[in-house]
Formats: sequence, structure tokens, C-alpha cells
Amino acid sequence: MFENTFWNEILNITLLSLRVSGTSVMIGAFIGIPVGAFLGLKQFRGKRTVIRLVDVMLKSVVNTFMGMPPVVVGLVVYLILTASGPLGWLGLLYTPTAMIITQLIEVVPIIIGVTMSAVGSVEKSIREKALSLGATETQAAWLVLREARMGVLTSIIAAFGAAISEVGGIMITGGNIRWWTRTLTTAIVVETELGNFAMALTLGAILLSISFIINLALTIVQLKGARG
Amino acid sequence: MPKVEVQNLFKEYSGRQVLKGISFSVQSGELFVLVGPNGAGKTTLLRILDLLEEPTNGKVFFDGELVDYSTKKERAFLRRKIGMVFQQTVLFNMSVFDNVAYPLKVRGERNIEQKVNGILELVQLRGFERKNALTLSGGEAQRVAIAQALVTEPELLLLDEPTANLDPRNTSTIEEVISHVNREKKTTVIMATHNIFQAEKLADRVAFLSDGKIEMLGTFQEIFGGRSQSIKSFTMLENIFHGLSRITTEGTSIIDIGGLQIEAAFKRAGNVTLHIPPEDIILSTRPLISSARNTFEGRITQISDMGHVVKLKVNVEGRDFTVQITKRSLNEMQLNIDSKVYIAFKASSVQTITETSSVPFGGKS
Repeated sequence: MFENTFWNEILNITLLSLRVSGTSVMIGAFIGIPVGAFLGLKQFRGKRTVIRLVDVMLKSVVNTFMGMPPVVVGLVVYLILTASGPLGWLGLLYTPTAMIITQLIEVVPIIIGVTMSAVGSVEKSIREKALSLGATETQAAWLVLREARMGVLTSIIAAFGAAISEVGGIMITGGNIRWWTRTLTTAIVVETELGNFAMALTLGAILLSISFIINLALTIVQLKGARG
Repeated sequence: MPKVEVQNLFKEYSGRQVLKGISFSVQSGELFVLVGPNGAGKTTLLRILDLLEEPTNGKVFFDGELVDYSTKKERAFLRRKIGMVFQQTVLFNMSVFDNVAYPLKVRGERNIEQKVNGILELVQLRGFERKNALTLSGGEAQRVAIAQALVTEPELLLLDEPTANLDPRNTSTIEEVISHVNREKKTTVIMATHNIFQAEKLADRVAFLSDGKIEMLGTFQEIFGGRSQSIKSFTMLENIFHGLSRITTEGTSIIDIGGLQIEAAFKRAGNVTLHIPPEDIILSTRPLISSARNTFEGRITQISDMGHVVKLKVNVEGRDFTVQITKRSLNEMQLNIDSKVYIAFKASSVQTITETSSVPFGGKS
């Protein structure tokens, strides 16, 4: 019976981790890829100083947010969702939704940033070639995006990797409630503190396996992409 | 009415004048070749004609109509009538088929498969359809680029050094394709090359571009056939020597070019300028036993790949002779910089260029 509960809990924790991080990355991709693509394509034009300045500012902001500590994000989301906060009436604090929101804020800059640099690093000659072959500006932009597809994929994987291993933010906004908002990372913290090393190590192994499987998939896709 | 007409074209990049008043016109169906050294402005000119760059000053007419560079729509519209092959081959990360189909797809055309297959046949790339274009060799990639430019049957084909850095087989395939579309489809072609032999082989007319200006314009014969004084200054012609000539008892001439005695078949005394065509010089690694009157020993100081031929600079007692051989013989003779070689040329290969007037002396042999 104990055994059954042990594995049941582990399954519950693992599935919640995947659900929270998966959802935040999925929503994040819908926001981050178009924005990142837009910013990446932008640099093809902008000759005027003002445009350039805005460009540099935007990119610096994105890069800053990419490196933002999750605990800080967690704190801000907590203050917004807490009972006396502006969105306290939604009653979202200590729910998986609050965790998804927290991770969403963490992954969007990553997806924007990596997509932006992937699109931006597509050779200028690719766009020119497309135009020369009769493409309209829009068609050429699509082609540049297509050429950057490996980088866009990388942004998704990087975002998921960051989200699944994140602990500080979701600990604050999720509350690490057993059977409800406890994820792989927050559980490891608690189980280690309690001295339940068997549980902590098992969870650690699962987390590591998930990371490995994701990276394996990424590497396979990238190798295939390189060969076409 | 000319297909393309360029009037007094100027282009400036951050203060540097790249084109300095270019004017010419190309007739419909003509194969027009821009010859000139690197940096002469050939690429810039082609990029302006492909509407990728805007001229700083001057006018371009396409089918008699003034090209408006200011609107994207007009540029996109005109570009669809033009095919361009860049010097640096750029292909998309997709299959060969999809690469060639791309220009058709963006135009929303039909019968894509049939058209792509037809053009791949022409550039001899059938069977490559499903390969990723980025895995191709340089020559194959450039043939895909040509297929991309030709698949839409453009009215004007622009080629920027399409065979630079390619091996002889790919070069001749590409040259055949170019003259095929020019002949069969009546496609107007403007091609840039620094390979003068290619110009001679393909061109209806040649414009010699140097330092952003057209120095000469005409048929190849008109420009390079007569070895006039002005050509010499372009350093397009190699093996130009000055010396004092005296007439021998056999009725030939011996010219002393600062220590070296060169025998020529003409009969002329006094100061002369000589030209020995590089293709008339025989090269060997062993002392030559030949009827050629002029044989010298020297060392190779420079090897330059010109596409299907190789040009060597051979230093003979401080004088540089340019010799043209095939890439094959270069490999067979295992020649390297500083290799000891023997050169030989007939007295009849030695030609004079008149010093005083620009009237060509004698025809091209």
C-alpha cells in the first residue's frame, strides 16, 4: 500500500510538472515566436538612427528579462495574485494556473530572445535572393523564418528546459501543496529538507531523464534538419 | 527599342564612388558581357539592374520604360521579369526541387513539377530533386542557382561571375546553358566576368569596365582584336615588353628587351612594344627541343586559376611571362610556385604594338 502511494505521488508530481511547464511553453510560443520573429526581421531595415536606437533598447530589455531570476518573477506574481493584490479576487494564488502564469513570464523572454537571434542571424543574402527570385517582402520574410526554423525550435526546447527545472518562482506562487501544486523541483526541495532522500533522489532521476529525453529529441531533429 | 538602357548611372556607397556615369543599352536577345577586373563595379551594376540597389543618380529603362526605384511594388513587379545568378551561391535549406520551385510558387504559377523537371534537365541535375541543396558541391549548387533564375523563363537574365571558382566541367555546362537560353529562348543576357576567354566565347558585345566607368564597348574583336595602345594600359593583355629591334640577315627581327633577346617574324627596326599572347607560349618541365625560335628557362612565381584554364607567371631573368595552360596539364606536370620550367614561342607569335598611334598593327593571329 505504501509502495502504491509512493509511486502514485511520484506520478502525480511528474504529470503536474509536465502540465505546468508544457502549458506555459505552449502559450509562450504563441506570444514569443511572432514577437521574436518581428524583432529579428526588423534589423533588416532600420537605417535611421531612431529606429536603430529603439531596436537596441528593445533587444537589451529582452535580454535582461531572459536572465531574470525566477524567484523575482515569483515574488511579483505573488504580490499581484495575493488576496490583497490587484488580481487577488481571481483566487488564483496557490493553484497550477498561478504556476503557469509564473513560468509563462519566465519563458516568453527566452523564446523571444532565441527566436530573435535565430531570425536575425539568417544571412541577409537569403532575403535578397528571395526578393531577386520574385518574392514579395512578406514572402521573403516567411522564407527567412523558415530558414531560422531550427533556431525557433531551439528556443522552445530551451524554454521548456528552463521551465521544468525552475523552482523559486513556482514555489512562491504555487505553494508546494501536496497532491495539488507540488512539482518535481519543489518536491525535491521539501523531501531533501525532510530527509526523505529516496523520494528526493527518485524525483531527481526523473527530472534528469525528462531533460535528457528532450535534449535527445532536439539533437535528433537538429541533425535531421542539417541533412534535410 | 533596347531591352535595357542605362543612362549616366552613378552609385555611391558611403562616400565612395563605385559607378561613375555608366551608359549603355542592350538589345533584346543580345548576350552582353561586362568584363573588368575585380572592384570595377560589375556586381553593383548588376544589382542595380536587378533592383536590389538604387542608383545614386542616372536612369535605367526596361523595355523603354523608366524604372521607378522608389516603390517596392514596382521593384517587385519588374524583378519577376528578371532572373539573377549571384557570384556567391545562395540556396535555401530545402530540397533541390523546392529551391527551384520557389520562384514559381511565389508567383502562384501552375505546372510547377513539369517546369522544375524541365529546367533540372537543362542544367543536368535530374536525380538531384530530393537532395538537400546545402549538401551539394559548388558546381552543382551554382547549377541549381541558374535553374532558379531560369525556371520562370525571365525576359532578362543577369549573371554575376557565374563560373568563378568552378571546375572546367561545370563551367562548360553553365556556359552551354547560358548560350542555349540566349539562342533558343531569345533571353536577353547581361553577364559579368573577369574571364576574358569567356567573354570571347559567349559575348555578342562586350563592355570593358574599369574603376566604375565603361572604358570600351563593342564586339570582342573590336575591343581586343586590335592590340591598341589603350588596351595595354588596362593590363588586360599580358606579356607586353619594350625593346630595341634590329633586322637580321634572315629578314626577321631580334628585339633586346633589357638583356633578353626575342626573335620576331616581322621586319622592323627601332623602339618597339611587343606582345606575346599567353596562349601561344608552350610550357615544359624539360628543356625544349622545338622549332620555336624563342626558348627560355625560368621559374614559376604565380599560379592563378581562371576557370577552365590556369595562368602562370614565369620569371625569366627578371622578366615576367604569362603563360596559359589547362588545369589538367598543371596537374600532370605537377607544377608549383618556384618550379623550374622552360617556355617557348615562335617568332611568328611575337607581335608589335605601335607606340605612337592607337591604330592596331596587324590583326589577331
